[in-house]
Amino acid sequence: MSENADDERVRDEGYDDLLDAIESGEGFYIECPESHGSLPPRRVCPHCGATELEEVPLPETGAIETFTTVNVASPEFADDTPYVTAVADFGAVRVTGQVRGIDPDGLEVGTEVTPDVGESETTGERVLILRAD
Amino acid sequence: MTGVRVAGVGLTHFGKHPERTGRDLFAEASNRAFADAGVDRDDVEQLNYGNFMGELSEHQGHQGPLMAEAAGLDVPATRYESACASSGVAVREAVKDVRNGEVDVALVGGAERMNNLGTAGTTEALAIAADDLYEVRAGMTFPAAYALMARAYFDQYGGSKEELAEIAVKNHDNALDNEYAQFQSAISVEDALDAPMIADPLGLYDACPITDGASAVLLVSDEYADENGLDAPVSVTGTGQGGDKMALQDREYLARTPAAEDAAEEAYDDAGIGPQDVSVAEVHDCFTIAEVLALEALDFYAPGEGIGAAARGETTRDGDRPVNLSGGLKAKGHPVGATGTSQVVEMTRLLRGDHPNSDAVPGDVGVTHNAGGTVASTTVHVLEVEE
Ligand SMILES: [Zn+2]
Repeated sequence: MSENADDERVRDEGYDDLLDAIESGEGFYIECPESHGSLPPRRVCPHCGATELEEVPLPETGAIETFTTVNVASPEFADDTPYVTAVADFGAVRVTGQVRGIDPDGLEVGTEVTPDVGESETTGERVLILRAD
Repeated sequence: MTGVRVAGVGLTHFGKHPERTGRDLFAEASNRAFADAGVDRDDVEQLNYGNFMGELSEHQGHQGPLMAEAAGLDVPATRYESACASSGVAVREAVKDVRNGEVDVALVGGAERMNNLGTAGTTEALAIAADDLYEVRAGMTFPAAYALMARAYFDQYGGSKEELAEIAVKNHDNALDNEYAQFQSAISVEDALDAPMIADPLGLYDACPITDGASAVLLVSDEYADENGLDAPVSVTGTGQGGDKMALQDREYLARTPAAEDAAEEAYDDAGIGPQDVSVAEVHDCFTIAEVLALEALDFYAPGEGIGAAARGETTRDGDRPVNLSGGLKAKGHPVGATGTSQVVEMTRLLRGDHPNSDAVPGDVGVTHNAGGTVASTTVHVLEVEE
């Protein structure tokens, strides 16, 4: 990947669909008949094996469940440091993303966030964002 | 079903050897294992070999036959990849094959070359043990993932950075006399607390180093050991493996490791023992918080109570159940694909009595715990001294 930084990344069905949807304010997740949630791409519920899956709207806000400030990054995020990575609870699913829009010192477990899409400062690639402003 | 004996063990020095190839490292470790066992190379029937990042660090896939060649063997050879649990899985598969009577003698081992990639390259390579779409692309690194687990633990159960620092201090102390260890130097709690943050709450001294090294073990059936008059007092009496969702966000728990709980339960049942019977353990402390999660998964402590074990002196070398007498990944080093087998090497020496810290071992039953990624895969093995 690092050797082909100028090349367009191949579109990943499901994952890029979700980022597109979040960009247009219509985030979703995958739900099975047992109401287990997961993120795309899925053909099978990872929790129970059900194959009848549907897309349902992602709640507009989630709550930070855990977070960290990354000071040592991989080359893809070398120019982004320091940045905050977090896992936020959206009810049926958790979402991992970079937290923006808040001073890290003001961040705590429970802080409310909305999903968004931003860019890596290093590569310009799209990054899943948890916006706290 | 036959029993499985550890006939011989070997390690390279764990440390910075950026100029040494994986094949050279594994040749050295396996040479030591053969010398230790007194087993003829012609008797070996297969090689089970663990490696994680060979494609990235050495442009080398298909390492099974390459490493058989390096060890002077002309046998079927398979590489096992399960991130940092790669060679733990290799051990487990060899144990099953010996028990089943498929083979009487198996060479098991692993190697990893990491320092030639540099810190950024190694960070990138290790990150692929996480979910590429939802973790790596969000900037998650291996230390960041464990930092997320550490904060979740603190939030749920309490605990302090000082208590994590006590784990690092303990494991550095244990490595002082271990000639194979990367760090043979003591640190203080203050050193650990003053170190630069990598991903808060984890600082530099909460993390294992970047390590090159190899490990090898010769596993043989009881019959082979008896017929050949081997001096092999230690047996592998239990094996277990567990799995979990790849990404932290998809797990049931952020501050517990069910994959390791499952592996431990299976290994205990297999050996016919319980956690109370275990006198010494080598656990996967890639980060200080990982040792805490391991102690709880092995059921030495209830969830939330393992964090203070080192600070209370319960897991130190003069404690009731010493943990990571080798120095652990923290001080001995963590050449990823070599780690699982290296824990079996260290435990064998601890139980046999020829490890520099053998005098601290309070009993005859040891456990090794090897975790892959953020504990999406785990193996646990029980080793016992024969009556
Ligand atoms: Zn389901």
